[in-house]
Amino acid sequence: MTSKFRTKKVEVSYGDKKAIRDISLDIEKNIITALIGPSGCGKSTFLRCLNRMNDVIENCSIKGSIHLDEQDIYGPDIDPVELRARVGMVFQKANPFPKSIFDNIAYGPRIHGLASNDSELKDIVHNSLEKAGLMDEVKDRLNDQATGLSGGQQQRICIARAIAVSPEVILMDEPCSALDPIATAKIEELMNELCESYTIIIVTHSMQQAARVSKKTAFFHLGDLIEYNDTDKIFTQPENQKTQDYITGRFG
Amino acid sequence: MTLPLSFVFFVLLGLSVYFYYHAKSGIVRKAALLSDRTKALPSHYGQQSFLWAFIPSLLILLVLTIGGPNYIDQIFYNKIQELNPTFNESFVSLILAKVINVSNGKISTGEENIIMLAKDYKIAFEQLHFYRGLVVILCAALLGMIISYRQKPGSNAREQVEKFIVNIFFASAVIAIFTTVAIILSLFFEALRFFNLYNFFDFIFGLHWAPNVAIRTDQVAAEGSFGMIPVLLGTLLISFIAMCVAIPIGLFSAIYLAEFATPKIRDFVKPTLEILAGIPTVVYGYFAALTAAPFFREIGFSLGLDVSSESAIAAGAVMGIMIIPFISSLSDDVIRAVPQSLRDGSMGLGATKAETIYIVILPAAIPGLIGAVLLAVSRAIGETMIVVMAAGLSANLTVNPLESVTTVTVQIVSLLTGDTEFDDIKTLSAFGLGLALFFFTLLLNIFALSISRRLAERYD
Repeated sequence: MTSKFRTKKVEVSYGDKKAIRDISLDIEKNIITALIGPSGCGKSTFLRCLNRMNDVIENCSIKGSIHLDEQDIYGPDIDPVELRARVGMVFQKANPFPKSIFDNIAYGPRIHGLASNDSELKDIVHNSLEKAGLMDEVKDRLNDQATGLSGGQQQRICIARAIAVSPEVILMDEPCSALDPIATAKIEELMNELCESYTIIIVTHSMQQAARVSKKTAFFHLGDLIEYNDTDKIFTQPENQKTQDYITGRFG
Repeated sequence: MTLPLSFVFFVLLGLSVYFYYHAKSGIVRKAALLSDRTKALPSHYGQQSFLWAFIPSLLILLVLTIGGPNYIDQIFYNKIQELNPTFNESFVSLILAKVINVSNGKISTGEENIIMLAKDYKIAFEQLHFYRGLVVILCAALLGMIISYRQKPGSNAREQVEKFIVNIFFASAVIAIFTTVAIILSLFFEALRFFNLYNFFDFIFGLHWAPNVAIRTDQVAAEGSFGMIPVLLGTLLISFIAMCVAIPIGLFSAIYLAEFATPKIRDFVKPTLEILAGIPTVVYGYFAALTAAPFFREIGFSLGLDVSSESAIAAGAVMGIMIIPFISSLSDDVIRAVPQSLRDGSMGLGATKAETIYIVILPAAIPGLIGAVLLAVSRAIGETMIVVMAAGLSANLTVNPLESVTTVTVQIVSLLTGDTEFDDIKTLSAFGLGLALFFFTLLLNIFALSISRRLAERYD
């Protein structure tokens, strides 16, 4: 078991309001870690710290330390742009760019100069679509607008787009909350395949989803990390009363 | 008894309001009597009565107020012509004008006939006002009573009212279209009169613009020449210079405002930029003539160039400054309308802010940006005052921004102001220019729309 992320006493505040406090947890490599908890508990805020997406939000300040492979990601020699290429992100609402499917996937490789010629770029795009399980569905219409696809396909385009940059970690912020059960099942299946080569951290409101896909689960409540353990443990014999209450649906 | 317009209008309004309450309480009573529920809310029946009583009567009032005086004038015109069959048209009109002025008491006269006619004219007007009031008020009362009588609890007043209001919306849209068509037609027919006097192809392809014809028959002047190319080229040159100034500055400031400025800076900069749009163009004209033109002249001299004191570049540059807020303000709105999720998506892939803006945001905003630029171009093409003051009146066939040029709108103004006759070739040529300008801007619009459609990246 090696840790991919190691966070110590992370505290994030928006202006005077503290969103999360004293979060210390280690995230293991090449497994799926789920972050659960009621709305406003700070799980998305924590997720966005891991690739410094909070940087773009004004008056947001971060204390504590976050290490990615023993490197402090808030250190002075870290370029957030490079970091985000290593730690990709998939959002709650599928947000394909209003461009063709091909250009969507090729966006990352192009800006990072990952392909030296057109055929390499094509290979990357095809591989990414293949990994995202989309190739069969879109192979005849790579030049169509990505925004014309269904919601589930759009979300898988976003995943393929993230994979195309070959990140080490993929952060997913409620990726299935706008999707129907069939599309959700497809994405969960995809996550299971992807976690062999990527570290995946997913924020979800669905406890069934957390139980189905993740190996480890962290439960957040009102900005605190209440419990962090193997998913099996959390859902069968939680140590904390609050966790127990939340997973049995007594609040949240 | 006279019934002035305001009186009739307020009686009509009062009656209609009365019918509103009458129908509202009436329908409740009817429903109670039949121990039935009303199909719509009582206020819907009130609204129905109000609209039925008010709108048709208001239309009658409008028609009589606008058409009535014309009708009376026509009657008196015919009467005068009958009395004096030898008079020609313009003389009859002159007498009619005299009659009208006498009847208003604006002038007095000793001529018996005119005084008689003026008295009749005054009586005719009083009768018109009286019957106008009578017809309108009776119509409102009658319609209000009929509709209130016919309303049953089972009739769906809400549906009727909604239909009526949709029709009002439709009528408003049609009025706007009709007015546009009327403007185009009037332009077209006047231009046609010009092309009867002057060859169409000589006009649109002519390279020489010199509208110096004799205005009155006793004057001596050269044969006028109406080739619009130099004038159109002047418009294009000045607009081009203006856009060269306005598009980069406007677009860059919009990108700054939308993507980089903190809310504090934005709240200060945006209104300040918009003040530029509020400055009257005459003031820009001073600035162009007194500050910008000498400035360019001096720069020109120091570079060894001969800059005319009324130069296209001075007018164009100042016009560009005037247009900046149109582009920056609209583009700022358009750029900010691109969803945050696209920015997040791009940042999440490790794109820099610059890459996000150039590859994602601007392409998504293109249709709106083209719209903003188009609006600015039409402002530039239509702008007159700055050019009059800073670029001059001489129609030089040149694309040299250092020389003085003139534009279509400036020529139209100078052709139509002052001592002119309306069937003169010089005056009519202004309509030819107007029509040409209209078609030019139309083509420009169609062109820009097709570009924007091709480039559009739709986000949802």
